[in-house]
Amino acid sequence: MTDSPPPSTGASAAGPPVPSAVALSGVTKAFGAVRAVDGIDLEIRAGEFFSMLGPSGSGKTTVLRMIAGFEEPTGGRVLLGGTDVTRLAPFDRDVNTVFQDYALFPHLSVRQNVEYGLKVKRVPRAERTRRAAEALAAVRLEDFAARRPAELSGGQRQRVALARALVNRPSVLLLDEPLGALDLKLRLEMQIELKQIQREAGITFVFVTHDQDEALTMSDRIAVFNAGRIEQVGTPAEVYEHPATEFVAGFVGTSNLLQGDAAAQVFGEPGLYSVRPEKIRITHPDDPAGPDECSAPGTIVEVVYAGALTRFVVDLEAGGRLVALRQNVEESSTDVARHRGSTVLLAWQRRHTVRLSARPGNTTPNDNPQ
Amino acid sequence: MELSRGARVALRLAMALGLAVIYVPLALVLVNSFNASRSFAWPPSGLSTRWWTAAWQETGLREALYTSLKAGLGATAIAVVLGTMAAFAVTRYRFFGRQAVSFLLILPLALPGIVTGIALNAAFRTVLTPLGIGFGLFTVVVGHATFCIVVVFNNVAARLRRLAPTAEEASADLGAHTFQTFWYVTLPAVRSALFAGALLAFALSFDEIVVTTFTAGPGTQTLPLWIFDNLARPDQGPIVDVVAALLIVLSIVPVYLAQRLSGEVLR
Ligand SMILES: Nc1ncnc2c1ncn2[C@@H]1O[C@H](COP(=O)(O)OP(=O)(O)OP(=O)(O)O)[C@@H](O)[C@H]1O
Ligand SMILES: [Mg+2]
Repeated sequence: MTDSPPPSTGASAAGPPVPSAVALSGVTKAFGAVRAVDGIDLEIRAGEFFSMLGPSGSGKTTVLRMIAGFEEPTGGRVLLGGTDVTRLAPFDRDVNTVFQDYALFPHLSVRQNVEYGLKVKRVPRAERTRRAAEALAAVRLEDFAARRPAELSGGQRQRVALARALVNRPSVLLLDEPLGALDLKLRLEMQIELKQIQREAGITFVFVTHDQDEALTMSDRIAVFNAGRIEQVGTPAEVYEHPATEFVAGFVGTSNLLQGDAAAQVFGEPGLYSVRPEKIRITHPDDPAGPDECSAPGTIVEVVYAGALTRFVVDLEAGGRLVALRQNVEESSTDVARHRGSTVLLAWQRRHTVRLSARPGNTTPNDNPQ
Repeated sequence: MELSRGARVALRLAMALGLAVIYVPLALVLVNSFNASRSFAWPPSGLSTRWWTAAWQETGLREALYTSLKAGLGATAIAVVLGTMAAFAVTRYRFFGRQAVSFLLILPLALPGIVTGIALNAAFRTVLTPLGIGFGLFTVVVGHATFCIVVVFNNVAARLRRLAPTAEEASADLGAHTFQTFWYVTLPAVRSALFAGALLAFALSFDEIVVTTFTAGPGTQTLPLWIFDNLARPDQGPIVDVVAALLIVLSIVPVYLAQRLSGEVLR
């Protein structure tokens, strides 16, 4: 777990004169009785790296498919660059997709795969060849142009899929868990590479993932999905530091919730609260907490050593349980275990307490108690 | 799985017997076509190609062969177009009665040929005759097409079910219109299945006799009909053997090719 997410590099396009790259208004999709997407409003700015984060089955792919034109919404409208495209076919939309399973054409070579979009749009052969070569160079696959997709590794296929989409210079690129099939090391490399390509090409990326770390490190803004609805939209820092709902607090990062009597005793007011584990300081029960701090006494019930960090699980005297993280600056694994059973005082800055609403949509950042 | 020695021997014997029942008569026909004597004498009195020469000079036979080729090609052409379209409709679109259509398309293969024959005969009599179209090559082609469509449909539909629909979506996503997607992505994927289906359809049409009997007019004679007519005539015996030998070869080739093609995995 990172100590705090990197600052947002979000393009702060301030005025409304530039239309949103993608806008969804009241978009709903029902498959029979299943409401896969349930009334979504969303604006994605031009040039933004926008992530859709959510658990399996929350409707991310369905939203992406409606933007691409593979599914028609049951209700609502889809706008691209300010134009209503709700009823347009995929081939009439200026977006391209990198599919989760890549969907490369098995009977065509890598070069032919990349040239495909230009060929069907009748771009002259010379220009086609040049642009395909450029796109292959951008993903460092020049030497693989003559191969068939079956003769490539997973990471190479992923890059072919990317080149095949980018060569068309779409205004929006949709990526459906493009790194899902890769191992961790390759994933991290591709994350950096994707980010670079996006910055250089200046294309709007709409990136679907269910990996919170991936969303936090790559995105300008994140939409957190749950059961066909959006719970929160914000920069990584906003979503992480000020989760709007219980769901967001739990899905992005470790959930550290206090409610009921425990919350009333610690914060003086009943409600639902969250504190991120790395914000919590563990001290001796006799040390006083600072004037701007909340504090709660408790007993360490579990100590989990995790290499760079140690995770302390503390049962509070007031009831409830909190997890606190500490960096292993000096202590080694054998030392930390002896803390189990100790009585401690947990303390954290008052401003790091986030009061949550149980319903989605009620964003109340910096809503400090008392 | 390990089999006991006895079981292995028994299995091999059974297999040999099964193959013998099928192929010994065929071999006899082949040998007999080179028999020097006129009757089905065994052992053959000597080797000769005189019956092959005689068969080649038989005009009725040559005409029957052409008729069969034309009927086979015509029926296969219809089957390729309609069977492929039906396979697409059933695998790529959801519509009311999709399952029923699928079932109805396959049914003619299971129906006894005599039922299909009688039904077609009655239908042609009521529909085509008032229009001035008599029984002849055209009615044979239509009759054969009823079961040829099934073979093409089955082959192509099976391949389409295995082809991930995302490939077609990717094509549309990259700007290809419906026809371009079909031509550049779907067709290459189903091409070998389509070809295999067409070969099988042709082979089926080429040796069909029951439906042909009911749909051919008096002046139209396909090769199987010619054989059937001449088998009873004592002087034509060896010539029929020659034709049978020819048919064996002509059927083996497409079936062999079709099997290789449908076994070919989608790379
Ligand atoms: N074609 C379909 N027919 C019926 N139900 C569907 C269809 N496509 C999706 N669904 C349902 O809609 C819901 C949302 O699916 P979707 O694929 O959008 O989820 P997701 O967020 O992309 O999940 P994952 O992370 O697993 O890919 C699921 O409950 C799914 O079962
Ligand atoms: Mg999905």
